[in-house]
Amino acid sequence: MTAQIRFRDVTLGYDRHPAVHHLTGEVASGALLAIVGPNGAGKSTLFRGLVGILKPLAGSIETGGLDLRDIAYLPQTADIDRSFPISVYDFVGTGLWRVTGFFGGIGKQARDKVTHALAAVGLNGFENRPIGTLSGGQMQRLLFARVLLQDARLIVLDEPFNAIDAKTSVDLLALVQRWHGEKRTVLAALHDMDLVRANFPETLLLARGPVAWGATAEVLTAENLLEARRMCEAFDDSAAACAVDEQPSQAA
Amino acid sequence: MLIYDALIAPFTDFEFMRRALAAVIALSLGGAPIGVFLMLRRMSLVGDAMAHAILPGAAIGFLLSGLNLFAMTTGGLIAGFTVAILAGVVARTTELKEDASLATFYLVSLALGVTIVSIKGTNIDLLHVLFGNILAMDDQTLLVIAFNATITLIVMAVIYRPLVIESVDPVFLRTVSRAGAPSHLAFLALVVINLVNGFHALGTLLAVGLMILPAGIARFWSRDITGMICIAVISAMVSGYAGLVLSFQTSVPSGPAIILVAAVFYVGSVLFGSVSGLFRQMFPGRHLEA
Repeated sequence: MTAQIRFRDVTLGYDRHPAVHHLTGEVASGALLAIVGPNGAGKSTLFRGLVGILKPLAGSIETGGLDLRDIAYLPQTADIDRSFPISVYDFVGTGLWRVTGFFGGIGKQARDKVTHALAAVGLNGFENRPIGTLSGGQMQRLLFARVLLQDARLIVLDEPFNAIDAKTSVDLLALVQRWHGEKRTVLAALHDMDLVRANFPETLLLARGPVAWGATAEVLTAENLLEARRMCEAFDDSAAACAVDEQPSQAA
Repeated sequence: MLIYDALIAPFTDFEFMRRALAAVIALSLGGAPIGVFLMLRRMSLVGDAMAHAILPGAAIGFLLSGLNLFAMTTGGLIAGFTVAILAGVVARTTELKEDASLATFYLVSLALGVTIVSIKGTNIDLLHVLFGNILAMDDQTLLVIAFNATITLIVMAVIYRPLVIESVDPVFLRTVSRAGAPSHLAFLALVVINLVNGFHALGTLLAVGLMILPAGIARFWSRDITGMICIAVISAMVSGYAGLVLSFQTSVPSGPAIILVAAVFYVGSVLFGSVSGLFRQMFPGRHLEA
């Protein structure tokens, strides 16, 4: 397996304060990786760095030549204007951006794809409704349908099952498994340990720095979880510059 | 014949009325779609602020070369673009939100303009710029308006998709394309172009009226954006026509007459609109089966 993503001693953060501190590692192409960690561990920040919204403070993230369009990103709190007058159908259709771009028409084939994507998440019959009329769970299904249409090599899901009922979680998890089966690389930030143990072969336990990374059963041990909790969510206003960076950089 | 005399004769008898009508139709085609996006992006007041930002530019043009249409249009465009782009850049690169940064820039621009005007002293011609004069359209002005409206429609067609996606889900657009910022700036440029267009006819103070009021009307009659744009354009044209007739028959100034007619439509829409109109809310009918 070749590496899809390489984190090279990457530090991500806001206003010079690190939220992800010195992370190094590789994600194999086609991996199904769960990112686990307490609130404030840097999971969302890591994802934002990965999809290019946030520039690293130090180090680098390589995505093996993936184009922006090869990455599908589902943020934790999607910043969606639900009052905007757009139908479910058109909204999902924006997932075809990589095919259509500015002008490309939505032909018969593309329309079939949209219909299939909506059916795959159980939203058939909702095509003409404005997105503002959907419930929270239905909206999440809609966002999954859009990820489906994006047909991306790398899929990044930030706490996709929060505030979602059991049935919907199961349905959406099946989609994640399907993507895994299609050899796409899937990263998901999650809090439900049982769900991770049952479905994700590989886990990264993050608490600003990496606590453990490897096979899920070996990572999610009681000691590791305790260790993660202990690595506090310090945001010290008067923190000194990170000492690690003071050392002569070892270009790996 | 009475109806003919009232509604059609003014346009068959007088060329200046025909020119005014042509100007209003061009303004509606360009301005109303812009207004719909301003409203949906919660930027209605941004349009108003931009209108003020244009005034000093036009004043500088006036100062340099007198009542020269080309100089005043160019001045207005430069001032408007400068304010729009600076505000957009500041909003995108710092923590300051767009409305706050725009307010700062347009106030500075306004103060600068007033200072410049006061150097040469007041002039009655400047009233023309403030309140417009749609009944005195010469060939040159009419061509400028038609040209600007055409540019607007073409550019809107180009940036329509990213503009819609950025309005509804900006983070998504950022993750699939880098077209977000350029199309936002192009949109701001279109706002400026249409305001300059509007000030020839309606003056800087009312220029934004034919953009915002029709958009407000459309919101009460359609749930999708295509329908909204169509309704906005049509209601802008109808307001323009009815306003001109009203102005002709009663000698109310034409600019305010057009906006007042649009305001009447707006009030009617608020009351009786099929989408969340007040009447509709008070008597919604029996609830449905599912």
